[in-house]
Amino acid sequence: MPPDSDLAAGSKPSPPPALRVESLSFAYGSVLALDAVSLTVPRGSFAALVGANGAGKTTLFSIVTGLFSAGGGRVSIVGHDLAARSRAALSAMGVVFQKPTLDNDLSVRQNLAYFADLHGLPRALARARIAAGLERHGVEGMAERKAGSLSGGQRRRVELARSLLHRPALLLMDEPTVGLDIASRSGFVQHVRSLVDDGEVGVLWATHIADEIRADDQVHVLDRGRLLASGTLQSLLAAHGAGDVADLARRLGAQPVSGA
Amino acid sequence: MTSEGAGPRAGQRGQRAEMAHRSRAGDARIALRCLRGIVVREGLRFVHQRGRFLSALVRPLVWLFIFAAGFRSVLGVSIIPPYQTYVLYEEYITPGLAGMILLFNGMQSSLSMVYDREMGSMRVLLSSPMPRWFLLIGKLIAGVMVALVQVYVFLAIAWFWDVRPPLPGYLFAIPALVLTGLMLGALGLALSSFIRQLENFAGVMNFVIFPMFFASSALYPLWRLRDSSELLYRICLGNPFTHGVELVRHALYGAFHLPSALIVAAFTAVFLALAIVGYDPLRGSLARRGGPAGPPIGKGA
Repeated sequence: MPPDSDLAAGSKPSPPPALRVESLSFAYGSVLALDAVSLTVPRGSFAALVGANGAGKTTLFSIVTGLFSAGGGRVSIVGHDLAARSRAALSAMGVVFQKPTLDNDLSVRQNLAYFADLHGLPRALARARIAAGLERHGVEGMAERKAGSLSGGQRRRVELARSLLHRPALLLMDEPTVGLDIASRSGFVQHVRSLVDDGEVGVLWATHIADEIRADDQVHVLDRGRLLASGTLQSLLAAHGAGDVADLARRLGAQPVSGA
Repeated sequence: MTSEGAGPRAGQRGQRAEMAHRSRAGDARIALRCLRGIVVREGLRFVHQRGRFLSALVRPLVWLFIFAAGFRSVLGVSIIPPYQTYVLYEEYITPGLAGMILLFNGMQSSLSMVYDREMGSMRVLLSSPMPRWFLLIGKLIAGVMVALVQVYVFLAIAWFWDVRPPLPGYLFAIPALVLTGLMLGALGLALSSFIRQLENFAGVMNFVIFPMFFASSALYPLWRLRDSSELLYRICLGNPFTHGVELVRHALYGAFHLPSALIVAAFTAVFLALAIVGYDPLRGSLARRGGPAGPPIGKGA
């Protein structure tokens, strides 16, 4: 079954975006966590989801990763509707969660092999991709080390390698630099950007740290469950007469985000 | 014989059928790989947690070596099915102790689910492409595989303690152990679905494991219980663990106990349904907050 791309008669169909979220709503009981949020992440692009703690970023990620079921709206990943074709949608998505998710008792290789099995990769292919992935992300010498013995930065790189094993078109990163020192953080952000520059994946990067966003990045400002603004950072700054992301958030009436 | 126009259509139908067949075969392979991953991970975790293996083994052995020896002269067991003759008390309680391993392991796998949820690795499992029901049943099967190893190590040690069921019984017991293990694992999963934190879970275990174990036929035949209390007898009869133990006991001695098999299968289905429905993080979260759940758009059970 083809994905729900625009199939206008006689015209070449445009490829669906990596992620499309339409009017997404969610409530924890009576507390509204997401209120009709809509956003798009094109393929091969870097988009930032900016918001203070409690803005709804992790809730949005929980819905897009299939962990939570939303009260309303629609999510599609490379054109596959998450509700109707969850398997195809989730196969096209990689995610690095905010909290560490490696199994500390297992080695790095065992952690990655487990993930490859969950995605149905054949053993030989998985072995090759694990070796290549660890090398590419600079953790090649750590395959046999217990995940629990890695530093925070190394763990993040292993989690990144893991999230890309099945070659997803969409990569969700939920505040992945939380807990990293400045050097590790900067290196990690650059590393993910290089993946985008190679055209491999579309990235939705949730953060409350303004320094991680570049002027030409697509930015979605989320505050208390509502999407306040979307656009490139430079266009939003110009439109609202703001000097930086923190200033932009202030002018939009959002809760303050960190400048560093 | 096909007409000129029907040929291409028949060919297309054939191609579609071939593609569908290949797709189904591919799906099955992917599902098996996913299941393998879950089972291997559970096995590796078990190997890395040697204390868990030892405690799982020491518990029934203490009952066998000490408790049974002490009570041998007090508790005589008359000839009741599946036994053909009088048996020593050690022999009587061995299937019950195998059930004890399955019971503790089922709860242990639930602990593992709570631990995984708290550590976040459950997120990795549940955000993978296979449907949630498949992933949860996979976790259950993985737990039963680990429990089977423990049960057979226990039975091997018991053999040296002169508890020697007929050899074919060891083979016949496998399906009985698997079914009982699935039932108890499903119960554990169902419980873990409605428990929010590890600390609460430990409390609930005291209300589940010990009542289930002692109010069953694991340690004493039900007719003996009936002599002392009709009510207790009825309670034991309604306890699914009793039927799991009886299923294993009969199988170990080459007999098939249909009523127990049916009851265990029915409880497995019920517990499994509760576990799958209950493990929806949204449903559990909202149930605890007392709010309604909207129509799901995420990955369903």
